Amino acid sequence: MDLKLDHYTEGDCEIVAVEGEIDVYTAPRLRELLIDLVNKGNFHLVVNMEKVEFLDSTGLGVLVGGLKRVRAHDGSLDLVCTQERILKIFRITGLTKVFGIYDSVPEAIEARRSQK
Amino acid sequence: MATVELIISALPAHVRTARLVATAVARRIGLAGSTLDEVRLAVGEACSRAVEAHRAHCPGEPVRLELSDHAGRFEVVVADNAPGGQEALQRQVPTQVGESALPDVLAPDVGLAVIAGLADDVDFDATPSGMRVRMSWPAVPATQTSGNPA
Repeated sequence: MDLKLDHYTEGDCEIVAVEGEIDVYTAPRLRELLIDLVNKGNFHLVVNMEKVEFLDSTGLGVLVGGLKRVRAHDGSLDLVCTQERILKIFRITGLTKVFGIYDSVPEAIEARRSQK
Repeated sequence: MATVELIISALPAHVRTARLVATAVARRIGLAGSTLDEVRLAVGEACSRAVEAHRAHCPGEPVRLELSDHAGRFEVVVADNAPGGQEALQRQVPTQVGESALPDVLAPDVGLAVIAGLADDVDFDATPSGMRVRMSWPAVPATQTSGNPA
């Protein structure tokens, strides 16, 4: 499956819904979207990965790049993911310590509110 | 020993093709569940690294994969013809990405770390003329599986 991207605003967060495979072929599209959102002033992003079927290190690199960009504006980039096969690559690379990873979008938004 | 050989052009779109073929062959050999996910991700990482290396150094040359059922193991070899593999290995495969210095993108070496974390057995053989990534997992005899043929 190819990559489907959507985004919508919820509170002060921009939710990025990702569906499909994030790899060396599709990751540039996600990178462009994250850069575009940050350039338009969205500094608190939640990337919903519940419908992601595949994620490799190229995709991780895009998420890390997005995190770096929002942090430059004192922003945040959190993830929603409960799939073990996706979480595994975050654990292998140690990125579970870098990203906030939540079970649902409401949980991620609530965590963001409590950090204010 | 049954072997499937695959030759792909150094194009990102074909990395997915390689993943699909590797997963199909692994399933036919009897691998299942989380091991199939490991094969898919590890082969994808190896092919992504090889394709990116070829695009930088020799875009006209193809990347080669060998998938085989060998001595009770499912073995995948991804071979490229690009220089730079030795340097990548000498930099030591990073095991973790630190929070203190977030890179804009992750270095290709992270892909090697992911492969090392996923494959049951792995060997990186880098020469000036290219790198061979050999990874393997224990194979399950096909008679013990009830899955659909790949």
